[in-house]
Formats: sequence, structure tokens, C-alpha cells
Amino acid sequence: MPITKQDVEHVAALARLELGEEEKESLTEQLGKILEYADKLKELDTEGVPPTAHPLPIKNVFREDRVRPSLPVEDALANAPEREGSFFKVPRIMETD
Amino acid sequence: MTSTLLNEFTAHALHDMLIKGEISSLDIVQAVYRRIDEVEPEIRAFVTLTRDEALRQAMDADERIRRGEDVGPLTGIPVALKDNLCTRGIRTTCSSKILENFIPPYSATVVERLERCGAVIIGKTNLDEFAMGSSTENSGFFTTRNPWDLSRVPGGSSGGSAAAVAADETIVALGSDTGGSIRQPASYCGVVGLKPTYGTVSRYGLVAFASSLDQIGPLTKDVRDCAIVMNAIAGYDPCDSTSVDRQYPDYTTFLVPEVKGLRFGIPREYFGKGLDADVRSAIDNAIKTFEEMGAIPVEVSLPHSEYALATYYLVAPAEASSNLARYDGVKYGYRAQGQPDSVTMTRRTRREGFGAEVKRRIMLGTYALSSGYYDAYYLKALKVRTLLVRDFEAAFEKCDFILSPTSPTVAFKIGEKIDDPLSMYLTDIYTITANLVAVPGISIPCGFGRDEMPVGLQLLGKHFDEGTIIRAAYAFEQATGGAGIRPGLKGRRPESKCGDRGNDGNGGRGSVGGGTCYE
Repeated sequence: MPITKQDVEHVAALARLELGEEEKESLTEQLGKILEYADKLKELDTEGVPPTAHPLPIKNVFREDRVRPSLPVEDALANAPEREGSFFKVPRIMETD
Repeated sequence: MTSTLLNEFTAHALHDMLIKGEISSLDIVQAVYRRIDEVEPEIRAFVTLTRDEALRQAMDADERIRRGEDVGPLTGIPVALKDNLCTRGIRTTCSSKILENFIPPYSATVVERLERCGAVIIGKTNLDEFAMGSSTENSGFFTTRNPWDLSRVPGGSSGGSAAAVAADETIVALGSDTGGSIRQPASYCGVVGLKPTYGTVSRYGLVAFASSLDQIGPLTKDVRDCAIVMNAIAGYDPCDSTSVDRQYPDYTTFLVPEVKGLRFGIPREYFGKGLDADVRSAIDNAIKTFEEMGAIPVEVSLPHSEYALATYYLVAPAEASSNLARYDGVKYGYRAQGQPDSVTMTRRTRREGFGAEVKRRIMLGTYALSSGYYDAYYLKALKVRTLLVRDFEAAFEKCDFILSPTSPTVAFKIGEKIDDPLSMYLTDIYTITANLVAVPGISIPCGFGRDEMPVGLQLLGKHFDEGTIIRAAYAFEQATGGAGIRPGLKGRRPESKCGDRGNDGNGGRGSVGGGTCYE
């Protein structure tokens, strides 16, 4: 198996994803199978081959630094799970003490 | 003609009747909702219906037509939108619990363009959660059923849009295609579906899945409608930094039933193991039809095809894991309540809000991008992507378009593949490469396979050469009568009176760009 349960726990922490015990087991197995399949790519010699992130030659797009309308605050907050005044409200971030 | 059948027509046939004053947009929209009321309990193509607003838009369109002002081919025509396209003031869920109550503060550029043409938005269609899947079984809400056989999937991820068009619950629809998500469901439902060249249709307001692969495109009842919708949605948009600034053609000018001398490539790698015999036989017939029309078959090779699926399932999840990081329970969407701190809140929110396939891809993508594995998986995949691009460049030196099956099988049974992700992924084996190399692809009906289920023929074109595949698809449709039979209906679709009508000019193309793009 190319991936262990500890790997799954580590990656889940990186992805900010809580997993149940059962999910950890099934993901270890399923990701293992998919990665085994992906290992097929190792058969190919890609020495000197440049990576393609975008197949079309799209260059950076710049625009004038002009003041333009932005999303009104009320619209931006309309979907917030919790708000206070013109702020998004979240549970505690800092450790206390 | 009775108004009960208006929902069965194409957009171009309805347009002719509309401008002659024989019918109203309101008649069409009412016919569409009658059909929805009749079949939707079984098909389940829609997540949200926008009945009141649609009736109002229809009356506006009728007023526009009455005054003869600014009337285009889509004025007064019902459109269904995949529910990953943002619609201002209308819930946009991506069929995910995490966005179940999300009401976008702005509309996607494609939606604004359609509205400017006077199209009538009738509802939002079901998809695999965040467009990740090939059957709609990964929807966080329910599974859409194939109108040809209710025990089968409609394909995915744009399964709701494909089923709605096939069942005549709408006239046209939009979907999105990241690895085949327009073409594969079009194939399974016996309709026409086009994935444009990357950069042709603005992605602004399309909820991102894999940003270097996603494209929006039409699902329609025939090729002419496909070209008409393309005219409305294609074009440069400054709100999408990957939108390509170039002159886009009037796609209806390619509706010429003439392919003499065109060379079509048959990639030998697409006709091997895994292709079902019934699909193969329908594709062989299509090849014969093209030869009879004077097109020239050319054998081509796409030698890295066997690596495309593995490449895709590293690149797409990697991009997805990054895009989906925004669902953190802070700004919009679902939040798990009563958590002691923000990190726990986000972790719990994502556990409760995402379905199994989305979690799988977030995990796979995060793994492929993580330190120690980046070079072995993600970077390796990007290099193989280059080899795939080169395969297509070489093939297109020998031919004008490439012909293949859209999917190796006809629509499968609900539940058949849901526990085996890899076998589900394999249904996209012929479609995913087009996204990796950014070329356009169309799926059109080409007869029936096992259990009288529709088979789709895929035509792939060169970058920005939608024209050639639209022309070839149109010629094929004219030669074969298209899908002809409709699912669950009593026979053939009513004859269109304008099948050979000249093109109608500028297809209602609005001016360049979307509205305000917010940062």
C-alpha cells in the first residue's frame, strides 16, 4: 500500500478536514488504489519535459489601477453564517492565557 | 399545433414561430413547466425552479418581440442552468450541503449574457457535488434519472442539464465540463453537448472545480441550437483572467452539411480494450457515414492516451483541493455550530458539509501537492500533460478533427459503479484529454446501443476551431436525422420548419464582457 492511515491523518490535517474512523479506513484503501494507478506515470521518462499548467499561451493580465465598484458590504455579508456589525464573526482564534 | 408540445421543439424552430407571432414566450414557458410538473417527480433534473421569475421574463421577452426591439434567436427561449453557475438572488448550491442556502450576490457572465439576449431562466439543474462525478449520484441532494431508462444514470456531472433537455423539460441548457461533464451526459441522454476551447467562454461566476480545465458549454436538442447558444456565451471577458481576447466567429455560419475532403482522425488507442461492442458498432457506422459524405478517414495515434486518466486524477484534484479551501464556514455556506475554536469549526464544517467524493478528491489533491509528493505526483502529471499536448499537435497535423466514442459504454445502472471510484472515472476515458490539452469537443447522438440506450459520437477539434466540429456534427446530423426519437415521448419530435434556413446573423451576441467584476 503506498499510503498509510497516518498519511491520511496528516493530509486531512493539512486539508482542514475532520474524518471519522470509518472514513479514515476507507480513504486509506481508496486513495491507495488511486495512487497505485497514478504510479503508472512513473513508467514515462519525462526528463527535460517542461510542465504544462496551462496548455494555451495565456500571459499575465494586467489592468489599470483604477477605482471601480466593489461588492457592497451588505451583499458580502448577506451569506455569512454569523456576523457582527460589518464583520464576519468566527469562534475564538487565539489561545487564551 | 397545440401548445402542449412547444417544449419539444428546438430553440430555432420556436424562434421562427415567435417572430411570426404564432406563439408567445409565455406559451413556451408554460409548456415547459407543464412538462416539468408531469415528469420531474421521476426525472429529478432540477434542484431549484424559478417559475415566477421565468414567467415575468417571458412576458418581458414577449414585449420585446412585440416591439421588434433587440430580438435575437434566444429571446423568449427557456434555458436551464447547471447549479454551479452563479445566479444573482437565486440559490446556487453546486448540489452540495455546504452551499445549500448560498444566494450569490452576482451572476456569472454567461448568465448575464443569456439574460441580455432575452433568454428565460427556468431553473437550476442537479449535478454531482461540485461537478465531481460522472452520474449525478454524488449530488448531495438526490440522483437524477436518465429519461431513456429511469433505472439508469443520466451521466455527469451535468446530468441534470442533459436529462432536462432530453426529457423536454427545457429547450436548451448550460453545463460545465472539466473532464467530460458536458459530453458524457449528452452522450448518455442522446442530446448534443459541446465543450469549447479553454478560454472561449468566461468562467466568471462558475464555481471553480479545476480552474485550468473547467469550461462552460451548451446542451441542446440539435447542432443548430448548439451554435446559437455558443454565439450567446462565447467571447472575451475581462472578469476572467484566462479568457482569451480574440475574434470569435458567428458559429451558425458553420452549419453547412458539407464535409467533402475533410480529414478525420481515428485514434487507434481509443478503439481498444474497454470499449463495449455495441458502442463500437455505432461508432463504426458513424465512420461509414462520414466516408459516404466524402470525408477522409486517417489513422492517427495518441500514444500517451493510457496515461491521461492518471494525469487527470492528479491535476484536477490538486486544483480542486486548492479551490475548495474557501469553504471554511466563515464567509458563506454551511457552518458547524457550537465549536470551541475556528480551526475545529472549519474542520467540522467541512466534514459535515462535503460528500464522500469531494472529500476523496480534496484528500487526493492535498496529498499530490504536499511536501515530499509534489514532484512525484503533481509535477510529474504536469509533465505528462505536456506529452498529451504534443500527441494532439502531432495528430492534428494529419487531420482536421478527431473522431471517437464519447464514452466506452452506454448509460449504466444507478448504483452500479458508486462504490468503485476508479471504474466510475473510466467512463470519462475518451473525454478527459480534451480538457488537459484545452481543445474543443462535441458529443452528438449516433444511434443506439445495448438496451436501446443512446450512444454518443465525440468530435474533437483544434484549439479555437469549434467551426470544423460544428460543421462535421451538423453534416452528420443532417445525414442521419439526429437523435430523432425522443425518450418517453410518443414518437418523433415535430418537424422543424426551418432546418435548412439560412443563418440568422449575429445570434444575439451582446457586447463584450460581463458586468461588474468584483474583487
